[in-house]
Amino acid sequence: MTKNIMIVGVGGQGTLLTSRIIGKAALAEGCDVKISEVHGMAQRGGSVVTFVRFGDKVNEPVVEEGQADVIIAFERLEALRYSHFLKKDGVLVINDCRIDPMTVVIGAKKYPENIIEELKKDHAVYTIDAQSVALELGNSKVLNSVVLGFAAKFIGFDKNVWLGTVETTVPPKTIEINKEAFERGYNAIN
Amino acid sequence: MAKKTIMLGNEAIARGAFEAGVKLSSAYPGTPSTEISEYLAKYDEVYTEWAPNEKVATEVAIGASISGVRSLACMKHVGLNVASDPLYTFAYTGVNGGSVIVVADDPGLASSQNEQDTRMIARSAHVPVLEPADSQEAKDFVKYGYQLSEEYDTPVILRTTTKLAHSQSTVELCDRIEVEDKEYARDLTKYVMMPASAIGRHLVVEAREKRLADDAADLPVNKMEINDTKIGFITCGIAYQYVKEVCPEASVLKFGLVNPISKKLVEEFVSKVETVYVFEELEPVIEEQIRAWGFDVRGKELFTKQGEYSANLLRRVLFGADEAVFDKQEAPNRPPILCPGCPHRSVFSVLNKLKIHASGDIGCYTLGAVAPLSVIDTTICMGASISALHGMEKARGKEFIKNWVAVIGDSTFLHTGVNSLINMVYNKSTGTVMILDNRTTGMTGHQEHAATGKTLKGEETYAIDLAELCRAIGVKRVIEISSFDVKGLEEVIRESVNGDELTVIIAKAPCVLLKGQKFPNKCVVDPDKCRKCGACMKIGCPAMTRGEDGKVKIDATMCNGCGLCKNYCKFNAIETVER
Repeated sequence: MTKNIMIVGVGGQGTLLTSRIIGKAALAEGCDVKISEVHGMAQRGGSVVTFVRFGDKVNEPVVEEGQADVIIAFERLEALRYSHFLKKDGVLVINDCRIDPMTVVIGAKKYPENIIEELKKDHAVYTIDAQSVALELGNSKVLNSVVLGFAAKFIGFDKNVWLGTVETTVPPKTIEINKEAFERGYNAIN
Repeated sequence: MAKKTIMLGNEAIARGAFEAGVKLSSAYPGTPSTEISEYLAKYDEVYTEWAPNEKVATEVAIGASISGVRSLACMKHVGLNVASDPLYTFAYTGVNGGSVIVVADDPGLASSQNEQDTRMIARSAHVPVLEPADSQEAKDFVKYGYQLSEEYDTPVILRTTTKLAHSQSTVELCDRIEVEDKEYARDLTKYVMMPASAIGRHLVVEAREKRLADDAADLPVNKMEINDTKIGFITCGIAYQYVKEVCPEASVLKFGLVNPISKKLVEEFVSKVETVYVFEELEPVIEEQIRAWGFDVRGKELFTKQGEYSANLLRRVLFGADEAVFDKQEAPNRPPILCPGCPHRSVFSVLNKLKIHASGDIGCYTLGAVAPLSVIDTTICMGASISALHGMEKARGKEFIKNWVAVIGDSTFLHTGVNSLINMVYNKSTGTVMILDNRTTGMTGHQEHAATGKTLKGEETYAIDLAELCRAIGVKRVIEISSFDVKGLEEVIRESVNGDELTVIIAKAPCVLLKGQKFPNKCVVDPDKCRKCGACMKIGCPAMTRGEDGKVKIDATMCNGCGLCKNYCKFNAIETVER
């Protein structure tokens, strides 16, 4: 059975690194893996989405509407935008933060109210304020490790597989703080 | 057992070139092809470089091939347009050392100005094309490309698409094959394409293409899977994955060599399978060939020529439904934008204030077309900003361009902008050209170029001085100014567009994403001083939002501290403080 993970957010939030860590963890578990990334223009503060699929044999590299087991959203509006990609019993993990798109900044559009409450009506939704946790740890850049740790329980794999993968993926100087950030996210949910 | 790892399509292509014994690679960055060169540069055995443009890169690869080594050139689809001059004749000369040209198409326009299909150009140039469907094939096909190239004496194109280039999948690594340099022998009839030689070579090209088409049925890159004979797909590249996803039981003819395709294989497949669909992204290149042979297949009357394909697209066409469970929610668009602290924003804020139109070019600064900056009026191709402005002046006179400038990046200027500027000098233009010099090739992810002082391999080199270059070709008025000097820019732009002399303004400030370029400060709004006028919001900085009270807030983690917003606050409500 192929497991379908989507990582959505705003260009610059580190969604690419997160998808790579998930892919490497799946590979370490002996799965066939495909990861689809976004590069180039779309990365510049735009809505970005990356995909990780793993299982015995994976064909297409993208997750499509109605297929996602887990969506990891780094921002509320992006969670809303891609929520229709979820399977019926899929899980939506949201980093509870708001980044206004330019369409909202210039007043052309309104940022939707009560996104999380609305999403909870149809989906299993779990939220974390990863920014605060990252700032407590003293480095806002480890935000994605907090989110990853929080989402890891819904993806599966042993915690040590995750920590080992974080260790071999992040810049050497930041290994300890990223592992700590992962733990904080991981322990934020029972 | 071979080492198994997970690789981006582009990384696998680089690995394939390394394993194939390639000794030289030349390229110009272009999404989705850029990372090939960056990965290849890590192998000491391969000389790797950034060329100023794709034409140069291809010619470098041709020279290397003629001298007897295996060579590589990489580019995006529109880069092949620039390189098509050498390509068409390279098909005539053929190779000495094998040569592969990687061309990355961008169906769905993730980061491009059009959706052209490289297979169409390859057909008209009579160059064979290989197209992989995952990273393993990407690596294998590059290596096989060199074999084909040398066996059939032809350059070979490896065509990829965005999904292939930017997806990771598992790859088994092999060792590098050290290939001996071929002897070089002077051969006028093969390498000097004057008419008398080229006439003969055209016949060679025709014969070669026929031989390859005849042999294609037995090439290992083409694959026929006969399963359920009621339904079958003829497909190639990433589209194959969607077929396997939706119809794992169907029969499939998967072409790895997509030009020329094997008639024999099509004949056999169509005779065995009842209903045959041709499922290929973009143009009906395979389909038209098959129809021209008189076979009955279904294709573009069902499947679009536009955008990326997907499994759900195939499901919708075949079964009238996809897998979606939930409805798509209404959500305000989030288009890409200039980063906080981007020097282009500063220049555009001035152009916007002066109500000046910009003839635009290819790069991050294209994002200056959208609200609220809204200064870019045209974007065509690399270098076109300068030539198009010249065309406007010559067509409509000096007055017409009094509220126009051309804007072009430093890397793009060196790519093909400089020859447009030569034309302006030569043909007596009076326009204003702005080079937005951010010391890098920004949009593609920060590649070095001829004016940065560093090579692709990270070695120090001579940095071309853009101002001196402009003067050398005859521009008398060249002004260098900081991109963040808003007052100075305003003055100099106003003066230049109203003057009668060709002017180049070089607005300089490094891309804020370059290492070590973050400003030491950050900006904060004093809520007591903010009058909610919104003047600062007109610069379109993503770090700035309005609070519920209508006053402006600056997100401390997003702000890069450039201070541009301060210039637009009449009430001194914005201060820079230490980070």
